[in-house]
Amino acid sequence: MSDTSSRLRIVWIYPDLLSTYGDRGNVLILRRRAELRGIATEIVHVHSSDAVPVEGDIYLLGGGEDRPQILAAERLRADGGLKRAAERGAAVLAICAGYQIIGESYGDDADNPLPGVGILDVRSGRGETRAVGEIVADVDPNLGVGRITGFENHQGRTAIGPNAVPLSRTVRGIGNDGQTEGAYQGQVLGTYLHGPALPRNPELADLLLRWRVGAIPPLPPSWGERLHEERLAAAL
Amino acid sequence: MSELPLRAQLAAALGKGAASLSRATGRGDGSVIGGRVALKVEPDLLAKLARGRRLTLVSATNGKTTTTRLIAAALRELGEIATNEHGANMPTGHITALANSPDARIGVLEVDEKYLPQVLRETNASVVVLMNLSRDQMDRASEINLLAKKWREALQKSETHVIANADDPLVAWAGLGARYATWVSAGQRWKEDSWCCPECGGHLKRDPDPHWECPECGLRRPEATWAVDNATDSVVDPNDQRMPLQLNLPGDANRANAAIALATAAAYGIHPKQSLPRLREIHSVAGRYTSVVTNGVEVRLLLAKNPAGWLESFAVLDPPRVPVILSVNAQIPDGKDTSWLWDVDYTVLRGRRVFVMGERRTDLALRLETDEVPFEIADRVDQVIAGLKSEQPDLTKLDVIANYTAFQQIRTAYGRVQ
Repeated sequence: MSDTSSRLRIVWIYPDLLSTYGDRGNVLILRRRAELRGIATEIVHVHSSDAVPVEGDIYLLGGGEDRPQILAAERLRADGGLKRAAERGAAVLAICAGYQIIGESYGDDADNPLPGVGILDVRSGRGETRAVGEIVADVDPNLGVGRITGFENHQGRTAIGPNAVPLSRTVRGIGNDGQTEGAYQGQVLGTYLHGPALPRNPELADLLLRWRVGAIPPLPPSWGERLHEERLAAAL
Repeated sequence: MSELPLRAQLAAALGKGAASLSRATGRGDGSVIGGRVALKVEPDLLAKLARGRRLTLVSATNGKTTTTRLIAAALRELGEIATNEHGANMPTGHITALANSPDARIGVLEVDEKYLPQVLRETNASVVVLMNLSRDQMDRASEINLLAKKWREALQKSETHVIANADDPLVAWAGLGARYATWVSAGQRWKEDSWCCPECGGHLKRDPDPHWECPECGLRRPEATWAVDNATDSVVDPNDQRMPLQLNLPGDANRANAAIALATAAAYGIHPKQSLPRLREIHSVAGRYTSVVTNGVEVRLLLAKNPAGWLESFAVLDPPRVPVILSVNAQIPDGKDTSWLWDVDYTVLRGRRVFVMGERRTDLALRLETDEVPFEIADRVDQVIAGLKSEQPDLTKLDVIANYTAFQQIRTAYGRVQ
């Protein structure tokens, strides 16, 4: 946890710009799964006019339409807080438009490359077709997460550079390019599983918690695990 | 009808035949299939059917069907109205509505958000009514910033008179493209899609509500001449006359719909004093807000398709003693993606008996568990009622909130109640 506080600080970046569909679910599930284990949390909302605090534990970035995405990237680059936090070892979960802008570069609506925040070695552009629908992927075994499921809705295609690793291999759906889905580099993780990726994948939520607080006890299975199994069965 | 060219007459007649078949076989209201058949025969049919009529188009994310119904009720003061009251809101449905009322000189058409530019171009409508834009079924609908831009461009190219909600920044920005506008302060409960300036992307200053302005480019809320006052259940007209609304439809959202309808009727020269009694006669719209009495329990059906709609529905729930059923499906008309469930705050349901139903009830269960709202899993409305009655024989009311196909399933179980 952070040096300045005994609470786990969950920082939601720009909910006014990047919060297309259910991104709030990730904040709620992280808080719940931490508190069920007796870990106190503090939720920090950072609006687009605010400075990004550097002392957070877990940073969340959601999805957004083209214009808000560009505005968010410009503001994050000018602010510099997210980059410094990642360099200090904070965990980052970035979804869809958020995933693209934490990379080295991403494409605008005419596919002109624009610079990203540069904390994940990926480059994104626009594909020919839109990827819409249920997605299933097997996460890198080193992460101990297993199979993840979600919903994707994007036109991006993402190439992974030498410093990052694919998060998973796609079983169904498109993800980065039809072969892999998402990417991670240290404790910075990006994915196209849009909206509530963590509610639908409790193991992924626990990975972020482990990255910041170390070993955590398992929780008794509940509706999150039920939903995970139900969606896997429906998608395959 | 007799003024129509022969080909258009034939197309309209074939369409009506298909519609009757659809109804007779119990497959639907017939509005869509009829129009589809007619369009095959005459692709310009909508423009031809619209010619010589004074049309109003109604579009929004939420409240289209209800507002169309309210406007049509007010305009009946002037005679027969052509309208797609079954909610078939794409060009096929518009063709059916106009073909079914060949002698109506006035029409009110509910229009799907995406089709508004095309329908405006083809019909050359005199009035366009715009109420709100918010996130809705994004796996199949357009992004709303893009929609607003297309509305704005379509309005810039037309001579139409816009009647729009000044309190919704995206809607107002689109409406500012029109040459003639009447602004209504109709309110906006759901603000999560309009924190950014539609013109430049800056962070909007939004207080005191309902005022909004962009500190970066100066875009600001247009001055409204009509206003809803929810606290006193009244509307204020451009002459500063305050009139009690006293609708039979519940909630702030319907006060907003009614104010927009009154402003639209006024554009046709009808005074709100004449319109209001007609609006008050409406108790339900295509099953929405209908109450069905079953097993001695009054079951109220509320349709809510997206986060803004759920927020409005929670606001009209009866006092906490009344149990509520939530039902969610994810079929194509609902959107296949249930992510939006996470945008809604369910903590307001604490202290109420809650049941979850529908094809995606597991999603709802996790969502409620996360907000620490106790709930029970259910299969059918009648089973819930039977169970509740055995524990609580004096139970008299139950609310049901459902998204589109879940709502239709429940409504069908009660005989497609209107």
